Parts: sequence; C-alpha cells; structure tokens
Amino acid sequence: MGNYFHSVILKEESCNGCTHCIKRCPTEAIRVRNRKASIFGERCIDCGECISVCPYHAQKAVTDDLEDIKKYKYKIALVPPVVHGQLDTGYSIGKVLKAVEMLGFDRAYDISPYCDVVSAIIKYYIDNNLVPKPAVSSDCPAIVRLIQLRYPDFLPNIIPIDSPMEVAARLIKTRVVKEKNFRPGDVGMFFLTPCPAKVTSIRVPLGIGISYTDGAVSVRKVFASLCRNLKELQNVEDVEGYEYSGRGIGWGRVGGQSYSIDSKHYLAVDGIENVIKIFDELELGKLEDVDFLEAYGCLGGCVGGPLLVENSFIAKRRIRYLSENIASPPLMSEEKVKEMLDTGILKWTEEIKPKKLISFDHDIKEAIKKMEKTEEILKDLPNIDCGSCGAPTCRAMAEDIVNGRARLEDCIFKLRERVKKIEK
Amino acid sequence: MGEMVKLEYRVSSEDFERAGDASSNTKKVLKKIGIPSDVIRRAAIVTYEAEMNLVIHSMGGEIVVEIFPDRIIVTAKDFGPGIPDVDKAMQEGYSTAPDRIREMGFGAGMGLPNMKKCSDDFSIESEVGVGTEVVMTLYI
Repeated sequence: MGNYFHSVILKEESCNGCTHCIKRCPTEAIRVRNRKASIFGERCIDCGECISVCPYHAQKAVTDDLEDIKKYKYKIALVPPVVHGQLDTGYSIGKVLKAVEMLGFDRAYDISPYCDVVSAIIKYYIDNNLVPKPAVSSDCPAIVRLIQLRYPDFLPNIIPIDSPMEVAARLIKTRVVKEKNFRPGDVGMFFLTPCPAKVTSIRVPLGIGISYTDGAVSVRKVFASLCRNLKELQNVEDVEGYEYSGRGIGWGRVGGQSYSIDSKHYLAVDGIENVIKIFDELELGKLEDVDFLEAYGCLGGCVGGPLLVENSFIAKRRIRYLSENIASPPLMSEEKVKEMLDTGILKWTEEIKPKKLISFDHDIKEAIKKMEKTEEILKDLPNIDCGSCGAPTCRAMAEDIVNGRARLEDCIFKLRERVKKIEK
Repeated sequence: MGEMVKLEYRVSSEDFERAGDASSNTKKVLKKIGIPSDVIRRAAIVTYEAEMNLVIHSMGGEIVVEIFPDRIIVTAKDFGPGIPDVDKAMQEGYSTAPDRIREMGFGAGMGLPNMKKCSDDFSIESEVGVGTEVVMTLYI
C-alpha cells in the first residue's frame, strides 16, 4: 500500500478469490492474483463498495474499538443523523444519545445542529457565487476523493468547508476544553461512523492539516450494545438537555442537504456509479442550470453506508419521518455565517491538489506507445469482461499486461487457445 | 509517423442506446495517457457532438480519433445525406432536426458551432447525396 493510509483493507484469509469486488470498484483499484484480491493504494478512494459487495466479508474497514476511548480523560461521542435511521422512530433523540453515553462516553452530541451550520455556510457560498457552478458539497469524502482522482477540473467547485462531523468536533472540542479547563489532549472526540470514507478523512483529512476528531467507532460494532441500552431506558422518563434539529437529521439521506438550503436548482445523486455518470455529463459542459450538486458514494446517501446495520430504504424512511416531525431552529443569518467563517476554524486551509493517476508513463510519447500496445492486445482479448483473469475488464487486463503486471495466459480464453494449439 | 493511437468507432443512425460510447471511451483513453485535462474536456465535447450528429442526422458513419504526442485529430465521416448549406449549418441555433429529436432534448443547433469552438483547427466538407466529413484538430 506504500504511503497511502486506507481504512478499507483486505483480510486475506477470508478472501477466496472471487471477482465481485473487482467489478464493483469505481476506480479499478482491485485485482485478484493467485486467488487473493489486492488493492492498489494510490487508486482507492475508500468508498467501501467492495465491503458492501464481498460475500465472504474479506474486505474490512479499520475502525476504533470502544477500548480506544479509554485513553482520554473526557470522552465525547459525535452522533450523526444516520444513527437515528438504524433505530425505531419510537425512541426519542434524547434517549438515543443517552444510550450512546452508556457505551462509555461522558457526553454524546447529536451532529444535526452542526449540519445546520454547514447548510447555512453552503447557502452563503451559493448565494454569493463564491465557487463556480455547480457548487459541490464536501460532505462525502469518497466523492471529494473521486473528484481529486477522476474529475480534477471540478476541484474548484467544491465548497471548501469542513463536513458536519469536523465542524462539530472543532466547535465542541474548543468549547469543552475552555469550559472545563482541560488540555486538548484530555478530550477524545469519537465519531459513530457509517462508512470507511469518514475514517480515512479523520486519519488523512482533505483540506485541513489535522482532524479534531480523534477516532471513529463503526455503528455496526456498537449496535447491539446500543439496543440493549435503549431497552434499559424503556421505563425512564424522556431525557432532556440535548440539542438537535429535524432539518439537520435530514442530512442522513440523499436530498437532505438540498432541502436544508432550500435550493431551487439542485441535483442530488447517490451511488458512486451514478455520481460518475453525472460528472461525465458535467465534463461535456452540460447541466449548466444546476446550482448545487449533492453527491454521495453510497446509495440512498449516508443511510447506505457499509458499516451500518439497517436496510437503507427503511433507514431512509425513518430519517425522512424524523426530519419532518422534529422542530428545527432557523438557519444562521448571513452575518453570523460571515462571523463564523472569519474565525477561520471551519474553512479549509489546504488546497486539494489533483491526484494524477499515471497509468503508463510520465513521458507522453512513451505513454502513447504503451496505449497503442494496449489497444493491440485488447483486440486479441475476448472483450467479454468476465473477470476470470483477476482484472475488472479486458481493457484493464490489457493495461496490466503492458505494465508487466499480468501475462496474456492469465486470460482463460487465451490459455485455452494455447493448450489447443499444443495439442494439435 | 512515430507514436500514435488510433481509435475507431462505427456509429449507426438513430442508435441512441450507444450514443456517447465513442466520446466516453475516448475520454478514458486520453485520461490514461495523461493528456492535460482541458484538452481532454474539449476532445470529449467534440467527439460527443460529432457522435450525436451522426446519430441524429446521418445515415450512419464512423468516428476516428488519432492521438499523437502533440495533437489529437478527430474525424467524423458519414455516408450521407450531406448538408445542402454548410454556412447555415455552422450558425448557432440553426438546426434541421425533426420535432421527435428535439423532444428528446437534442437538436438545439449548437452541435457544429460547439465543435468548431472546442477545436483548434476545424474543417468541414459536405456533398449532398454523398456525405459529410468533419476534421477537428486539438493541439496538446
């Protein structure tokens, strides 16, 4: 994997060399060789598609355990809207947050009010044309990485602002440290994550130097305990004293951001393959009338995260119900947004540079030569993209051969041809 | 001649199902070679527009993309029916597309002008009853 940190990893002993993952990977980052899958680090965007599709659960995400939170004096849980989609809507938000605290946290915060903060900032950026059209949400890290890798021309369109997770971590940590007289290292901020992309954005953040979030525990890992805790709270009166917003909870599903900012000309798209199609359209200069593009790697938005438990359609329905039935305070005024941005704490401080994928060679002549060879080999391959060779498509296989990473005989059809020839 | 990659695509009349394949495949190849992104963007647009023109207006034809280290040449050639008035066809907003094509969101009369705008060299030759050939060069 070289210098790249990825939360998506492969558990080799569980991999049986099937080809589900190579087919699903949107950046063609996986190959199966010698009946084991392996991931090219420089291409992986941590979208987690391979985790969702692997029938043997060999693709994993590196997340923290509840044990890890014990390192900190004061432990804070950051609870994103999707968590509420995992649970029966009969549980109040207060009870859910209390149940999260019972996992071992001193305090749980719902992220929905911070979604509202980001909504107000997005609206400000769009209303004042501060980024080219369409403004692209920075919330889904898999999408930001996809743009960086495949659509670098659209990097300037990304609203250069932290995600609600990071905004919450920054504002809450700063406040708690000040109020309770802690050293910053005493306070541990843990995100209950629906996906590996968020984990990666904590370890190797985009747009900022370091993340204020200290770790991520997957929702799947704590789900059983969470349900047990909620049962214990069954006969307890409702728990008060938490802040949350229906509008912000809406961020848990695709479309939630666009509704939040009341955009007339938005485009909300979910599922990495669909997002790729939309960016292909944008590259052709189409969709000029779209102001705001809300895109998610997962189907359904965050409710489709691979580290969740509940069926994404059921979760989506719950998120919709909650967002429509829980009161929302008004969004921040423009003046307030300006004030907040001026503090500098929520804006990206680092430019996201395009990540050039060199398939062949830095020298263009050499690259063209290799592409010529690829086209030649491709004509000779069966072009049925069966995946038996371990590459996702015949084209990817031809490139691998040119780059010395595979042999023509790895193609089962070419091998058969050769055996037949020898038999004769 | 030296290094060159040649991509050839047959385009059938009214085949909307496969329309867009030539440009998206061309784009993929250019990205892999490492061509600068603004050239890729323009090459994708001219290929796409040429492809759509063949689908909408022609009786079928082919698109050839030749990639050299210093330039890309996109040639779109069809087997008719040919354009009676090329100057008129080059005007923005002029279109001969029938209503059923316009109902699909095409035929806004921007195809040829857009192709010219996005290429560095542009030439068009057409003969009624024979066909049309458009050659576009983009320098890298």
